[in-house]
Amino acid sequence: MGLLRQSEKLGLPLMNLVRFKGMPILDQLNLEEKLLRTTSDNWCIVNDGANAPTVVMGVSGKPAELLELESVIGDNVPVIKRFTGGGTVIVDEGTIFVTLICNKDAVPKVQPYPRSIMSWSGKLYDEVFQGIGDFQLRENGKQKLSIRNCFETLPSPPHYLFASAMQPIFQCSKSWCFVLLPDYVFGNRKFGGNAQSITKDRWIHHTSFLWDYEDRNMTYLKLPSRAPEYRSARDHTEFVCRMREYLQRSAFIDKTIKALDNYFMVQPATPADVNSCQVAKFAHSTRLLSKQELEDACSSTKPGTIAQSASI
Amino acid sequence: MIVFSENVDTFSFDRCIANVAAVIKDLKYAESHEWVKVDGNSATVGITDHAQDHLGDVVYVELPELGTEVTQGNSFGAVESVKATSDINSPVSGKVVEVNEELNGSPALVVNTSPYEEGWIIKVELKDAGELNNLKDADAYSKFCDEEDAKH
Repeated sequence: MGLLRQSEKLGLPLMNLVRFKGMPILDQLNLEEKLLRTTSDNWCIVNDGANAPTVVMGVSGKPAELLELESVIGDNVPVIKRFTGGGTVIVDEGTIFVTLICNKDAVPKVQPYPRSIMSWSGKLYDEVFQGIGDFQLRENGKQKLSIRNCFETLPSPPHYLFASAMQPIFQCSKSWCFVLLPDYVFGNRKFGGNAQSITKDRWIHHTSFLWDYEDRNMTYLKLPSRAPEYRSARDHTEFVCRMREYLQRSAFIDKTIKALDNYFMVQPATPADVNSCQVAKFAHSTRLLSKQELEDACSSTKPGTIAQSASI
Repeated sequence: MIVFSENVDTFSFDRCIANVAAVIKDLKYAESHEWVKVDGNSATVGITDHAQDHLGDVVYVELPELGTEVTQGNSFGAVESVKATSDINSPVSGKVVEVNEELNGSPALVVNTSPYEEGWIIKVELKDAGELNNLKDADAYSKFCDEEDAKH
């Protein structure tokens, strides 16, 4: 989509843009969940860097499977289990977060289901990164569609639907259609990961972008058992890359807001605006794992642990 | 820019025609895509074939504790699929008396393949059978799904 005239933009839904710098990731996640569940506005939250290295797992993440627990515990690295799905990341002051919280009808043609939302967000960030380095959307996974869904989703039966640079988003074969769930990569190195949560009437899509990172922090993460094919069993330091090698920090944030302008009437909001629309009491489901939980998980991976537990 | 391109593969149109989201005649359905089967004062709840088809492979189900009070239209748990958690909303009000422990293993094996049978999620002691009048029958739900998909 190109730039819209002001008159055309008048028909677009409002999106409140609130910007933070160095907000702790636990506070950010709690804020996001609260805005998702207790407000009816559309929000874009940009947090330019978390305040300290923190591991963030998805809702079903198992520390014993995903983390090098002895180092995590030994170095007192906080571990959070967030309210959205998806994988595990380690975030710090070099991570830029962009979160979109939308009503289910906010974006035309986007249904409140994971692949529909990710198909749209893939297009949004394709607009942000077009022409920068060797940016691509790479296949994180394939989601099989029934042919019925394929025909419902696509206007006619094309066999490939491409985003930029001829990267397919849909593929159709004799029996199935697949939607390709995109990672954001330069070359074959990933620089952003995303996750979502969907309620009856709203959804959230949040992305953490690796502006910069410490190699050492990546060693807290194990190689995940489920990984995209293009990862080719590379460890984290060989699989990810730094956005700072491709564009300036402020340029990325400005381009993202500009891309959002094509879908929303973006208006700045202050932290005070955010506070004024929040309810007093809300039970967050994102939580910080206790040291005891991490130690128990670590113990469970050691041989002989089950026999010892049984004898207690 | 988005480009459409023809390719050498061909569609199986027979499979296309046969592939329709299933609904079961005797169940009641919520617009948020959950089903309920009522037997006296007991209700069994799950997500529909339409829901599992749109969600993708379910990798995790967040189940409520036994004894939890559920309210019609409100969330009681969630499924995780494709990097997303999606709320499961109860089509009826009452108390949770049983949860499907099979979902703690490989939920996709039951929720995606058998959403109306082995993939059930909770059983509820019904509070108000009159609430069933707020739900759709199979034909109305099927039509609702078609209209919802046509809008997008």
